Amino acid sequence: MKNEYILELKNITKVFPGVKALDNVHLSVKPGEVHALCGENGAGKSTLMKIISGAQTATSGDIYFEGKKVTYSTTKEAQNIGISMIYQEFNLVPYLSVAENIFMGKLPTKNGIVDWNKLYKSTQKILDRLQLKISPKTTVSNLTVGEMQMVEISKCLSTDSKVIIMDEPTAALTEQEIATLFKIIESLTSQGIAIIYISHRMDEIFEISDTITVFRDGKHIKTMKTSDTNYDEIVSLMVGQNIEKLYPDREKVSDEIVLKVENLSGRNVHNVSFHLKKGEILGIYGLMGAGNIELSKILYGALRKESGKVEVNGKELHCTKPLEAIEKGIGLVPDDRKNEGLVLIRSVKENISLASLKRITKSGILDRIAERNAVKNSIDSMNIKVSSPEQLVGNLSGGNQQKVVLSKVLRASPDILILDEPTRGVDVGARAEIYQIIDILTKQDKSIIMVSTDLTEILGMSDRVLIMKEGRIVKEVLRKDFSQELVIAYASGGIKGE
Amino acid sequence: MNETKKIFSRIMTQYRSFVILAIILVIASVIAPNFLSFNNITNVIRQVSISAILACGMTFVILTGGIDLSVGGILGMSGALSAGVLAATNSVLIAVLVGLGFGLICGILNGLFISYGDLPPFIVTLATMSLFNGSLLLYTAGAPITVGNAPYKFIGKGELFNIPFPIIILIIVYAIAFFILTYTPFGRSVYSIGGNEEATRLSGINIKLNKTYVYAISGLLSGLGGIILTARLGSAQPTAGQGYELDAIAAVILGGTSLSGGQGFVLPTVVGSMILGILTNVLTLLNVNPYVSNILKGIVILVAVIIDKKFKSLSAKAE
Repeated sequence: MKNEYILELKNITKVFPGVKALDNVHLSVKPGEVHALCGENGAGKSTLMKIISGAQTATSGDIYFEGKKVTYSTTKEAQNIGISMIYQEFNLVPYLSVAENIFMGKLPTKNGIVDWNKLYKSTQKILDRLQLKISPKTTVSNLTVGEMQMVEISKCLSTDSKVIIMDEPTAALTEQEIATLFKIIESLTSQGIAIIYISHRMDEIFEISDTITVFRDGKHIKTMKTSDTNYDEIVSLMVGQNIEKLYPDREKVSDEIVLKVENLSGRNVHNVSFHLKKGEILGIYGLMGAGNIELSKILYGALRKESGKVEVNGKELHCTKPLEAIEKGIGLVPDDRKNEGLVLIRSVKENISLASLKRITKSGILDRIAERNAVKNSIDSMNIKVSSPEQLVGNLSGGNQQKVVLSKVLRASPDILILDEPTRGVDVGARAEIYQIIDILTKQDKSIIMVSTDLTEILGMSDRVLIMKEGRIVKEVLRKDFSQELVIAYASGGIKGE
Repeated sequence: MNETKKIFSRIMTQYRSFVILAIILVIASVIAPNFLSFNNITNVIRQVSISAILACGMTFVILTGGIDLSVGGILGMSGALSAGVLAATNSVLIAVLVGLGFGLICGILNGLFISYGDLPPFIVTLATMSLFNGSLLLYTAGAPITVGNAPYKFIGKGELFNIPFPIIILIIVYAIAFFILTYTPFGRSVYSIGGNEEATRLSGINIKLNKTYVYAISGLLSGLGGIILTARLGSAQPTAGQGYELDAIAAVILGGTSLSGGQGFVLPTVVGSMILGILTNVLTLLNVNPYVSNILKGIVILVAVIIDKKFKSLSAKAE
């Protein structure tokens, strides 16, 4: 009798000292399907992935592959069985060729010497199978992020994987690259390969998956066919309760202009002009590499302004350093939380007061009591879940980390707040809270520039949206005219801007 | 059970050097009966006071994720200049100021190259180490500069309330360093620069200026070390200071400060220096071949680093 499932996990439990990360979990994956895993951070998805890929072993429970019970304890053994994983951070050696990366650790040899002919031929075969137009001899560092992703997939194919786990595969891809990736996923599944797909992006999950399994607090909650469920059901299963509303209602904003930008140019930004009103949320949308992140860094003084004029409250602003921007009332929440937003190895307290040390310094000495009160105030008002203000930021979840960055920036009392990807890698519950906070800030007359590649977020939050493409603003859309199709069309060049 | 494990691993990461020191003290007093006398202990501290003062500055540098290989070179050159000026002017005040000032300037120079020149600290201070050591040989023409001035010699040899003067300087230096790192915005910046330079820059902190300060502090303390050494020996030696950089770095590591920056404390550094000093002292008391002491030093540092790594991963798991 042929087995229905290619991979089955039964009664998997994983215990870490003090925590039960997985509690009697089961999962069944059919050949040729895309099986999406949903769950908030800490739900147990990543632990389960590590167990399937062999990076960790379960405390108890069994794994069946093609109906037979298997045991393995390393990723190499898992690959030999036919299971491989593509991590969010790529595992590629940038200065080696595509072929060498794909066959890393298993280069074909003849008499102990690398058989380059065979290597390039085998590589070409895999690249053809994925219909990729990359040469096997290209150095990986010359590839785009999307192409690197494809090389990772090729690596899985080189080991004849029958189950491929993809962890947030689209996090760094442009819309076009995502479309290509989805085509490749389809061709893989048509060859009988099963894909286990993890993503925070709901729209993608509904587009690509056949089956969805939801996890919460280390437990298997529900497995269902994608066609039998909907967005709201998944979210409420993930959170365990209904989130009333993700996005707040927006009221009319004033007509007072607080920021005026004229013909601003810099790295990746060309001749950009726009204005920002008091209490407004101005969304800036663009595909990855459209120049929107650079624009926000130029405004903040973190990247050099080449030409153009910036006015804050009618006064011209020259800022060449973040310090000057902060003094002039501009705050920035950077898009890359771990590398630009936080000092992960220091405490929550020290991170929160980092941008406002001057405010808690009296005659050159830190006022520790004032600091403690300020930090406590931020932790309470932002609802940051910490065991103590001395806890290391690196040990917090994505949502709580993002709240720490936000607190840090707000401690310096900016009037204009630039938020780059404010909810990237943040789970739904914390996301709703952050949206709430942003809404409240605008009611306190703070003005927000929100830069994001998440279209639903941009349309849900903004009063007005600027669409960027290739470093220029191609279109301004008012809230009453919002539509996904229109924005994507402008951003991808389907419609030319005026 | 888990709680005690957690507390134990926290003690071992934060106060590891104190634990190692206690163990070494016990072993030392058992195998060398004459070790635990007041005279011998003050002797040990006096011997390590100079390298401990350098290690204090080194702690600041390493906390930012940098390294300063030129401390020994600055020490030697500052001491010689100070001795030279003393011979010419016979003014202790001017001699001390010149020694300190030269150290400070050398440190600032290192800092400027590293922060404004955007060069790796290892390379810059490797170059200036060679530069200062060479200058010292040139300046002294290979012969010691003797110091006859008694008040100047007091800095290295004198005692106040039965406590050697270098130890008093050592205590003051560490007290100030502790205060700066714990209670000033600059101290906070030192930690966060070492933890994540880009995030610190985007938080509006002047990275270049703060890094320059850190090397300036290291240079100033090296100058101070040079004066104490010259005063203690009664002369400035043409090869003084060589090897001091390694003792200073070793003390910082033994004190548990992370070489990649951002984590550590200044007080355990002095304990790190003492561990190294006691090792040498005990071996001398036991009449062991002095060449063996370097071998033992190496082993102790390796063991300390291994313990560090083990307990770091243990406390990470417990979190």
